[in-house]
Amino acid sequence: MQTKHWIALASAAALVVGCAAMAPGPSDAEVRAKAAEVMKASFKDRGQAKVDRLTQDETQATCSQYAGKELPKDVAARIEQANLAAIKYPANGNYLGDWKRGEQIAQRGTGFQYSDDPAQPSGANCYACHQLTKQEISYGTIGPSLHNFGKLRGYGDDMKKYAWGKVWNAEAYSACTNMPRFGHAGILTEEQVRDVVALLMDPASPVNQ
Amino acid sequence: MIGTFRAALAVAGIACAVPLVLAQSAADEIEKYRRALQDGNPAELWEARGEEMWKARAGPKNASLERCDLGKGPGVVKGAYAELPRYFADADRVMDLESRLVWCRVALQGMTEADAKRNPFGSPERKADMEALVAYVTGESRGVKMNVSLDHPKMREAYAVGEKIFFFRGGPHDFACATCHGEDGKRIRLQDLPNLTSKAGAQKGYTTWPAYRVSQGELRTFQWRLNDCFRQQRFPELEFTSPASVALTTFLAYNANGAAFDAPAIKR
Repeated sequence: MQTKHWIALASAAALVVGCAAMAPGPSDAEVRAKAAEVMKASFKDRGQAKVDRLTQDETQATCSQYAGKELPKDVAARIEQANLAAIKYPANGNYLGDWKRGEQIAQRGTGFQYSDDPAQPSGANCYACHQLTKQEISYGTIGPSLHNFGKLRGYGDDMKKYAWGKVWNAEAYSACTNMPRFGHAGILTEEQVRDVVALLMDPASPVNQ
Repeated sequence: MIGTFRAALAVAGIACAVPLVLAQSAADEIEKYRRALQDGNPAELWEARGEEMWKARAGPKNASLERCDLGKGPGVVKGAYAELPRYFADADRVMDLESRLVWCRVALQGMTEADAKRNPFGSPERKADMEALVAYVTGESRGVKMNVSLDHPKMREAYAVGEKIFFFRGGPHDFACATCHGEDGKRIRLQDLPNLTSKAGAQKGYTTWPAYRVSQGELRTFQWRLNDCFRQQRFPELEFTSPASVALTTFLAYNANGAAFDAPAIKR
C-alpha cells in the first residue's frame, strides 16, 4: 500500500506541476490511448513474438487500467466469471498426468520468447515464482509456496478440478493475479497441464512430501 | 582482478553445489559474491574506450562528439546523465542518453540515423560503440544526484505514458513490468527484484545501470535492460531508442530522483 501511495503522490505531484504551468493534464483514458499509440510505434515483430501480442484482451485491458489501484469488487467478479466460463476441462475427466514430467515443465523457463524455438515445448517456469518441493531451493517468491499443495488441501476430485482450473486460467479465481493463464493462453498443452496438476496433486509427487 | 572473479565464482559455485543449503544462506552467498565483484569492474574498459571514441574524429563530417549537447550545453558531460531523459528543443522531443548520442552522431558527425543505431548491443565478437559511449558518459555522473525535471509538458507526457507502459499487461503470459517489479521483497528463483513502484526500489534499480554483466562479458545499457525485460515478458522486440523506451526510462529515472547515481555497476 505504501508503494501505491507513493506512486499516487508522484502522479499527483506531476499533475500539480502541470496545473501550475499549463492547462489541466489529460484524463486517464487519454493517457492510456496515448500509451497504446506510443507502444504501437515502438515494438517490432521478432521471431514468434509479433506485434499483435500488444493487442489486449478484456482481462488484460481491465487489469492494466486498475493496476496500482483498488480493483472494484464488481469488476473483479466480472473478470473471474468470464475466465471461469472459459476453462476447458479434460474431455476424458482425467486430471492427473505424470508428476515427473510435470516437474520438468515446472523447471523449464523457456517458451514464447522471441529467442525461443517455437518447435520446442514450453515450460511453465513454476519455480520462477513458487516454492514447490523441499529439494529445489532455487525458487522465487512472487507467488505463494505450493509445497504440500495436495497434502494440505486433500486429494479429492473437487480439489483436482480446482487445481486444473487454477493452472488453466488463474484469473477465474483471483482477478488480476500475476499468474499466467497457462491453458487458456495456450502456453501449455492439455497434456502438459495434466502433468503439472499431477505435480501438485499426486500423493507420490515430491510437492506432497 | 580476474583472479577475484574466479574466486568469487568458486564461492558461488560451492553454494549452488550443496543441495541442502537453505535458500537464505544461498542468497547470503550470492550477496557475498556480488560484493566480491565490486573489487574490480571491467566496465572501466568500456568507459576508457568510450572516452576515446567521444574525442575521436569520425563519420562523413570527420568530427568528434566533443560539441555534443547532452542538455547542459555543448561538450558538458559531467553530471549530464543524472538529468536525463530531458526535453531537447532542437529535436522537439524527449530524449534519453542513447537517443541523444544517435542525434549527435547524425548532426555532428554526419552519420545516417540507421548507421548511428546499428549494433546497439554488442557481443564479444562485435563490440558496440554505443555501449562504450554510454559507459563513458554515465561514468561522468557517478556520485551525482539524480535530478530529472518534469517542468516541460513533453516530459510530463513521457512520464505519464511511461507509467502506463509499466503497468500494461499483454502477450501470452499477461505480463507487465509491474508483474515482477511491483512489490517489495520478491524474487525470481534466487534473483532479488527491485520494486520499481517504490522510491527506494526505483532509486536502487535505476542508479545501478548501465552495468557490466559478468554472465555476458559485456557492458549493458539501460536501453538493453528494457529490451531484454520485454523479451522475457514475451513481448515483441522493443526498438532501440523508441518512444516507448524513452517514456519508460523517463518514468523510472524521475522516480529515482534524489539518489546518487552509481554506475556503470557490475552485476552477475
